[in-house]
Amino acid sequence: MFVRNKTLTLAASAAMAAALASGAARAEDVFKIGLIVPMTGGQASTGKQIDNAIKLYMQQNGDTVAGKKIQVILKDDAALPDNTKRLAQELIVNDKVNVIAGFGVTPAAFAAAPLATQGKIPEVVMAAGTSIITEKSPYIVRTSFTLPQSSTIIGDWAVKNGIKKVATLTSDYAPGNDALASFKERFTAGGGEIVEEVKVPLQNPDFAPFLQRMKDAKPDAMFVFVPAGQGGNFMKQYAERGLDKSGIKVIGPGDVTDDDLLNDMGDAVLGAVTAHIYSAAHPSAKNKEFVAAYKKAFNSRPGFMAVGGYDGIHLIYEALKKADGKTDGDSLLAAMKGMAWESPRGPISIDPETRDIVQNVYIRKVEKVDGELYNVEFQTFEAVKDPGKAKK
Amino acid sequence: MTISNPVRSLLMTAILTNLFDGVAYGMLLFVLACGLAVTLGLMNFVNLAHGAFAMAGGYVCAVLVNRIGWPFFAALPLAFVASAMIGAVLERTLYQHLYARSHLDQVLFSIGLVFMTVATVDYIMGSSRIFIKLPDVLQGQFDIFGVGIGRYRLMIIVICGLLTVGLQLVLSKTRFGSRLRAAVDDPRAASGLGINVPQVFAFTFAFGCGLAGLGGALSAEILGLDPYFPLKFMIYFLIVVTVGGSSSITGPFLASLLLGIGDVAGKYYVPKLGPFVIYTIMIVILIWRPNGLFGRTATR
Repeated sequence: MFVRNKTLTLAASAAMAAALASGAARAEDVFKIGLIVPMTGGQASTGKQIDNAIKLYMQQNGDTVAGKKIQVILKDDAALPDNTKRLAQELIVNDKVNVIAGFGVTPAAFAAAPLATQGKIPEVVMAAGTSIITEKSPYIVRTSFTLPQSSTIIGDWAVKNGIKKVATLTSDYAPGNDALASFKERFTAGGGEIVEEVKVPLQNPDFAPFLQRMKDAKPDAMFVFVPAGQGGNFMKQYAERGLDKSGIKVIGPGDVTDDDLLNDMGDAVLGAVTAHIYSAAHPSAKNKEFVAAYKKAFNSRPGFMAVGGYDGIHLIYEALKKADGKTDGDSLLAAMKGMAWESPRGPISIDPETRDIVQNVYIRKVEKVDGELYNVEFQTFEAVKDPGKAKK
Repeated sequence: MTISNPVRSLLMTAILTNLFDGVAYGMLLFVLACGLAVTLGLMNFVNLAHGAFAMAGGYVCAVLVNRIGWPFFAALPLAFVASAMIGAVLERTLYQHLYARSHLDQVLFSIGLVFMTVATVDYIMGSSRIFIKLPDVLQGQFDIFGVGIGRYRLMIIVICGLLTVGLQLVLSKTRFGSRLRAAVDDPRAASGLGINVPQVFAFTFAFGCGLAGLGGALSAEILGLDPYFPLKFMIYFLIVVTVGGSSSITGPFLASLLLGIGDVAGKYYVPKLGPFVIYTIMIVILIWRPNGLFGRTATR
């Protein structure tokens, strides 16, 4: 009896050991990406676009890279930094992810930064656009954009195109202040004058009084930054107040004419000139293919947030290939630095010094193409680095 | 004011334009919040889910206009009816069981209801902000002596003004109005006189919800409509009711106007402090009159 019992125990423990071993082997073959984006709340469109783009990329390129199966774990932080931090911690400690990615807003990217440093895990920022983000951890890599990239260029453009007086309306949080500061610097350096400066609260129900102030200041143009998602409401009220008819043009970084919402904004938005990194109307074969596939899969137009996600997952795939299947953070990060490729938005690369994105910035004007509103690009500034860091 | 002084006349038009925008905003707040003034003030029920009924009306109107192609003016009454019906059903099935419970229970119940509606609407309609397609008549602005009058805002003022007058007449002149006032002042005596108090309350509740629904449909253009509407504007509704006091609808009406004008003027003249102006007004008024502008002096 005793013997038999012992044999059983032995057999059982052997089986357990085998199970553990095979489990461990399986875990070795899986490469986990913790994707933290807002899927609910005011910024939900950002999360949905990124999630869609990643699904599309994995559909097109398969889910096995360098012998590892890619697994994306999607978490919704509703753009609240406290949630981001908790979710990032859970993903790193419990799920043992190899990369954290996403981050719809700047505070969310900040919240995860110390965890990325501690865990030595690459943090791929696919949306948030404040310049300083990549300096918060040596493990942060960005595939979206920085606001100074587009704001400085629209500042230069305004000076060269006969715009002398500008009133500014920007959302009062880090990216808005970034956009305002860099625009102001270039525009006033070129001899332009800021006649009115208004910062609107981020959770702002009604733009009416601010717009009235803009109108009464009688500028040549107004510089606008509102986060993706608020552009529609802004343009509606801009038209309601008759600012389009008073000849006050809208200029700014391209967030206000986000492709995601652009077509519903109505004709008031026609003629708005923005500098930005991506337009769904970008005339390259790569982009046409991307837009067609995205539309087919999700029945909507991809915006710059989708492209940030698409390039982000591409970067992770390629880094894993280049690192020969090594999955530790330092190898991945080394592989990511300096990587260059052709994105739907045009040629882009990761600056090996700052880990920030280097890309073309385009000046675009809203026009009607086949009955739909698009940002049509008419001037290109090539390989723009983040001016926020170049200064230092 | 001399005509040869263009600066001054510019100042005047700016003041009048702001006044107009402020009145429109205030009127909108009033229609949105006056249902809450009734439930909170008259029926003594803390209904934090009031904004959910407004949102329901907004979405009903949006679906009718954008998807089915109804004209905007036909969809507005339906927004009212739909919200009123939802209100009536919920009042009979859920709310009436909580009238006698403590305020804490009521708060917990209604805030739970808010979270449920937010999640449900997010699931069905998506989380992005939606707009209602407006007829051309309502778009744009026209000038009267240099004062920019937004057509849509003008319509809000007209509709809400008529509603206010109507409400005041119903409350003060009709039999139903006197029954309601009796039921509120002393429910026991009122039911002793043969007034069906629960029925009066149910009807009033549903009517308040209907008004909120109408307000929700009207506000989509100005405040924006998304699933977080009830949470975002809850604080504004509560401010209207606390500042206005709850003994009549005149109080909330004046409070709405004051807050609307204060908010717009604050954002225009001191944009840096803009969002705080509305709270400053509230604090000052509540220090001066803790029961609100027209509060009854703590009889409860």
